[in-house]
Amino acid sequence: MRIIVCLKQVPDTNEVRINQETGTLIRDGVPSIMNPDDKNALEAALRFKDEFGAELTAVSMGPPQAKDVLKEAMAMGADEGVLISDRAFGGSDTWATATIIAAAIEKIGNYDIVFCGRQAIDGDTAQVGPEIAEFLNIPQVTYVKNAKFEGDKLEVVRYTEYGEYVFEVATPVLLTAIKELNDPRYPTIKGINEAYGDKGEEKIRVFGIGDLVVDSTQIGLKGSPTNVYKSFVPVKNKVSEIIDGNNSKDKANTLVMKLSELNLI
Amino acid sequence: MDFNFSKSEEVIQKVAREFAEKEVAPLAEEIDREGRYPFETFDKMVKCGFTGIAVPVEYGGSGGDDITKIIVISEIAKKCGATAAILSIHAVFVQTVLKFGSEEQKQKYLPLVTSGGKKTAFALTEPNAGSDAATVKTTAVLEGDEYVLNGTKCFITGGNVADYVVVFASTDPSKGVKGLSAIIVPTSTPGFSVGKIENKMGIRASQTAEIIFDNCRVPKKNLVGKEGQGFKIAMIGLDGARIGVAAQALGLAEGALEESVSYMKERVQFGKPIAALQGLQWYIAEMATKIECARWMIYRAAYLKISGQPFTKEAAMAKLNASETASFVTNRALQIHGGYGYMKDYPLERMVRDAKITEIYEGTSEIHKVVISRAVLG
Ligand SMILES: Cc1cc2nc3c(=O)[nH]c(=O)nc-3n(C[C@H](O)[C@H](O)[C@H](O)COP(=O)(O)OP(=O)(O)OC[C@H]3O[C@@H](n4cnc5c(N)ncnc54)[C@H](O)[C@@H]3O)c2cc1C
Ligand SMILES: Cc1cc2nc3c(=O)[nH]c(=O)nc-3n(C[C@H](O)[C@H](O)[C@H](O)COP(=O)(O)OP(=O)(O)OC[C@H]3O[C@@H](n4cnc5c(N)ncnc54)[C@H](O)[C@@H]3O)c2cc1C
Repeated sequence: MRIIVCLKQVPDTNEVRINQETGTLIRDGVPSIMNPDDKNALEAALRFKDEFGAELTAVSMGPPQAKDVLKEAMAMGADEGVLISDRAFGGSDTWATATIIAAAIEKIGNYDIVFCGRQAIDGDTAQVGPEIAEFLNIPQVTYVKNAKFEGDKLEVVRYTEYGEYVFEVATPVLLTAIKELNDPRYPTIKGINEAYGDKGEEKIRVFGIGDLVVDSTQIGLKGSPTNVYKSFVPVKNKVSEIIDGNNSKDKANTLVMKLSELNLI
Repeated sequence: MDFNFSKSEEVIQKVAREFAEKEVAPLAEEIDREGRYPFETFDKMVKCGFTGIAVPVEYGGSGGDDITKIIVISEIAKKCGATAAILSIHAVFVQTVLKFGSEEQKQKYLPLVTSGGKKTAFALTEPNAGSDAATVKTTAVLEGDEYVLNGTKCFITGGNVADYVVVFASTDPSKGVKGLSAIIVPTSTPGFSVGKIENKMGIRASQTAEIIFDNCRVPKKNLVGKEGQGFKIAMIGLDGARIGVAAQALGLAEGALEESVSYMKERVQFGKPIAALQGLQWYIAEMATKIECARWMIYRAAYLKISGQPFTKEAAMAKLNASETASFVTNRALQIHGGYGYMKDYPLERMVRDAKITEIYEGTSEIHKVVISRAVLG
């Protein structure tokens, strides 16, 4: 079994501040971390590895320092890393990102499960996982809260605010993980020593544009159908209203009416 | 000269810090109050490979060296002195087997006690053999293929939870200190029992027990090294162990300083945060300076050990200084917290109690002065 886990390196948003004038993130001096949902995806993959001895490949697209999340994944137990990095990939939106990552997954080949996080804490679109599945033309289950093998069938629980779905899916499949899926393990001392030493460096392959079969009109800034037109910090306007009425029943009725007018209930 | 951590050491520090904050800190008050051994934390430390530090991977260990050990023990001690003590004393058994065990012993025991989750103890002290460890009375008499042990050890950290104990016993009382030997005893052996469990001032979660050998028979092949090498093995083991206790002391001091810094910025008296009071600023300056001094003495002793140079004097100095620093800094930190520091709602009074032991065990401060002055005077 081969499992591919997609890991995005993101700024630690607990430590990010926003430049009020430009509306952009101040990234200077902000530590980079593995996107939290992706850590749950990785943990789920590691548990399959513990159980069935799966081969686990961690994949990240980003600048050279994104290698750090691959090393962290190897310190936790991933077998190898693939860094997708090229100037030509810069400025990619979710469509372009997914196009490129899908091409890298095709190149790695022979996979049973592709695991993504539900959502990245910086871009926050939750699009990349589903798009990769579309480009690879494989089934997908998002918001995965539980995944286990029953014989050779994969049983997956999808969590939504309205209830849970239980699916039986065939592989290869793409799953997106939510934090309810598990508690990620810590990297081990041995894992850290190997991953951050020469051994770790040797286990990371770097894919550039020349290594992938991608349509160059679909990637990078030029190939991205979405463009950031403007980013701004939403202004918070607090307006309060005190509801009047003859008795509490009346007041409650008015409140319910108002809330449903606002589509809040 | 280079005072920097390698990339993996940096990452290990980050991970150990996160582990201490998430897994160790939330239990610290409770296990101290109840004097409860944190089995769950030990298991988690095994999973992270903390119990296998400075043991080669081929024996189930984690690799790394004494620098790694200092990083992990001190990060844990920042949040809980008892948990750090458990880890640091476990390492004494492990290192003794690694350094003096036969190949067969290493293959058998090291995987069990590094990644296998088994717990250990190091049993030297007896009621009448404390600082004067050479006067050990416990005997191990060879009968056929077995040693028969008789005697009582006291103040043995983890003696009641250990799966394996390395026991220092006399295989030849006529030879005195030259008759001592080190023997591995599985605690499941008939004739092994646990006596009194001490009610202690500090490191209360690391349990300290009396252990009793009553015709306790273990195979001859459990002898570590040769007969008569016991005292040497114990002393060399304690040499290395001093670095672990020093790291424990360092962490306590660092933790108390961190607590003080944040408290001083929050607590307002006379209309301003107490951090603005020069009298307290000077406390912080002294505390931080002593910590800096303690830290580099420990790392230097570890560096000497790792690079194969003599380190007995430096390790003794590092332990003496770090433990006195821990007591000084935790006391000052409590003072900075005023009445709140005296209350159990804050960790300071626990840190003061936990710091004190570092001046006593694995050699008292006075014994360390004996070791140091001997080395200096020649
Ligand atoms: C210089 C620059 C310019 C950009 N320009 C645009 C733009 O013009 N328009 C626009 O829409 N966006 C733009 N982006 C944002 C970029 O599209 C997103 O960061 C990226 O596509 C991922 O989307 P997301 O953060 O919403 O991830 P999500 O879709 O929320 O992520 C879901 C999951 O997909 C996987 N994943 C996502 N990204 C990666 C990755 N890089 N490597 C591995 N796995 C990954 C992870 O498993 C993740 O949990 C730009 C980013 C940069 C750095
Ligand atoms: C919580 C705890 C855990 C322990 N864990 C272990 C363990 O796991 N394994 C183990 O084997 N032991 C353990 N010990 C025992 C510990 O190592 C001894 O308590 C210590 O070595 C001191 O011995 P003692 O208590 O008999 O004191 P004593 O030796 O009786 O000392 C009394 C006083 O005399 C001073 N003194 C003694 N000799 C000299 C000298 N030559 N010159 C100057 N002053 C001197 C001492 O410094 C001390 O102040 C532990 C002790 C405690 C309290």
